[in-house]
Amino acid sequence: MVEIVVLIKQVPDTNAKIEIKDGKADLSMIKWITSPYDEYALEIALQHKEAIGGTVTALTLGPARCDKILKDAKALGVDNIARIDVDEDYLDSFSVQSMLAQACKSLGAGMIYCGKAAADTNAGSTGPGVAEKLGWPSIANVTHVDFGESSLELMQPSSEGQAKMEVNLPVVVTCDKGMGEPRRANVKGIMMAKRAIVDLMDVENVEGNTSVLGHASPPAKPPGKSFEGSEHVPTVVKLLRDEANVI
Amino acid sequence: MSEIIILAEVINNTLKESTAEIVSAASSLGDSLTLIVPGTSPESAAGIASTYEGIRSVIALQDDCFANFDSAAWCEAISSIAPEGHLLTSSSAIGKELAARLAVSRNSTIIQDVIKIDGQNITHPIYSGKAHQTVVLNGPSVMTIRSNIFKPTGKGGNASISNVNTSSNLRASLKEMVAKASERLDVSEADIIISGGRGMGSPSNFDKLYGIADKLGAAVGASRAAVDTWDEIPHSMQVGQTGKTVNPSLYIAVGISGAIQHLAGMRTSKYIVAINKDGTAPIFRHADYGIIATWEEALPILEQELGALLG
Ligand SMILES: Cc1cc2nc3c(=O)[nH]c(=O)nc-3n(C[C@H](O)[C@H](O)[C@H](O)COP(=O)(O)OP(=O)(O)OC[C@H]3O[C@@H](n4cnc5c(N)ncnc54)[C@H](O)[C@@H]3O)c2cc1C
Ligand SMILES: Nc1ncnc2c1ncn2[C@@H]1O[C@H](COP(=O)(O)O)[C@@H](O)[C@H]1O
Repeated sequence: MVEIVVLIKQVPDTNAKIEIKDGKADLSMIKWITSPYDEYALEIALQHKEAIGGTVTALTLGPARCDKILKDAKALGVDNIARIDVDEDYLDSFSVQSMLAQACKSLGAGMIYCGKAAADTNAGSTGPGVAEKLGWPSIANVTHVDFGESSLELMQPSSEGQAKMEVNLPVVVTCDKGMGEPRRANVKGIMMAKRAIVDLMDVENVEGNTSVLGHASPPAKPPGKSFEGSEHVPTVVKLLRDEANVI
Repeated sequence: MSEIIILAEVINNTLKESTAEIVSAASSLGDSLTLIVPGTSPESAAGIASTYEGIRSVIALQDDCFANFDSAAWCEAISSIAPEGHLLTSSSAIGKELAARLAVSRNSTIIQDVIKIDGQNITHPIYSGKAHQTVVLNGPSVMTIRSNIFKPTGKGGNASISNVNTSSNLRASLKEMVAKASERLDVSEADIIISGGRGMGSPSNFDKLYGIADKLGAAVGASRAAVDTWDEIPHSMQVGQTGKTVNPSLYIAVGISGAIQHLAGMRTSKYIVAINKDGTAPIFRHADYGIIATWEEALPILEQELGALLG
């Protein structure tokens, strides 16, 4: 029976406006959601279990507010939910990945799914980083998985088209959209999730080697030029050539 | 002074031009620059790389694993020969994945999509570009460098080249390449992109965009509304929060309203052109050049003008 771990992260609602206060992003009024690609990761993990068997644990690293996304995952049908408790402060990638890898190890993970990139960092670092920490292979941006007992066949974009890859477990797979719309919770699931208990993982704290200096709003673009009517298309083409030098 | 290592972006043994931008970014961190050129036969790419200004030495890294991308194998090859110090590479999809692994294997932090280097202060976008974050380095790091931000370094250098062979273990195997339906350029590879949204009315109208893309050597992208509405428009074309993040020199948005999730994928484009019939569409607030018109009127003129200009 394979232990499947899904890494999920709570991020600011993608519609939220990010205000900068005293040189830092002010997230006090933000609505928090499960990072969109992590919903695909959860969906693929549940399909994996349905196809082959196994248990699915949703794991997050974050402060207590993150229990919300774990309960949401529980309502979808994961077996266990676990959190590495850290405070709101910034953690750099090295500490996040080291701690997630430790927790995956102590959960006995034989298969890890995560999002291809988190909506806040847009980095795509965590999956391959955790894999390297564990000494596992990783396959990124996966759009389709055929599940086997000890190996997977996956589809992944490449510069020439779609590549069909084969890889043996254990492996980290980072998930893109593709395996169908993520399922929604039903009433029974939601009731069950209410009573679910979050397993607080005990892992060794790992220091990173960066610290945050501050945040800033991106410099405002100078206002553009607007033209009413298609007769101005030639003017814009001329500007693209002479002013912007891009064609 | 510690060493700065640059991992060149090499595809099929050809050095990508963007490497010159990474060299320039690396120069602002220090002046002892080593450039690693990976490949199955990296000699000629290494020859070109040795002419970049500011490079002290080039390592041509030969390994058969570089025939197909396998992040674990590539990481094994590169970490076995890369000296200590900061390591910089490209923020392409492959670059970012590989860099994430390299960072862990070097016990350092990864900073993706770097747009500014000021001493030990490194700036990169977060929250889909809605803010910039500056971090301070307290130790060696791995960084990927956004394209179209740093001015490429010049040629005229003459660095020494050393050849190294490794043979790393492949961890995943390529079963087959499922060729793309068309030979078209992918949005994540293109320097010019023209994208269509729901305002295109039907998927067959995307032919108008392909006609213009052919003239410009551009890729065709789409909004999520277009991808979700029409089966003919695949998700691989989607630009935005849940699609691809692109950073071309020129992005032309046609019949796209400019929702925040679409902007998340393209707002850092160097120049943005919007064609939309609704002058109040949010996309116009981000466009360098806006044309308030229907695409039915505007695109034929655009195609004709480009034809006259570019042949
Ligand atoms: C979690 C989440 C993730 C998302 N991720 C993405 C993403 O990755 N990418 C993305 O694009 N969206 C994404 N969205 C959806 C996004 O919010 C918008 O719904 C979507 O971008 C709208 O696409 P559109 O501009 O093509 O369509 P619409 O908003 O319907 O706009 C169509 C535009 O076409 C114009 N138009 C109509 N007819 C013509 C004509 N004849 N000529 C010229 N103009 C015309 C209209 O004036 C209008 O402005 C996401 C949403 C959520 C909630
Ligand atoms: N703090 C975290 N807790 C759990 N999973 C995470 C965390 N950070 C990142 N991940 C996972 O890694 C993916 C990529 O994140 P990133 O590397 O930040 O782009 C996310 O989509 C999550 O699946």
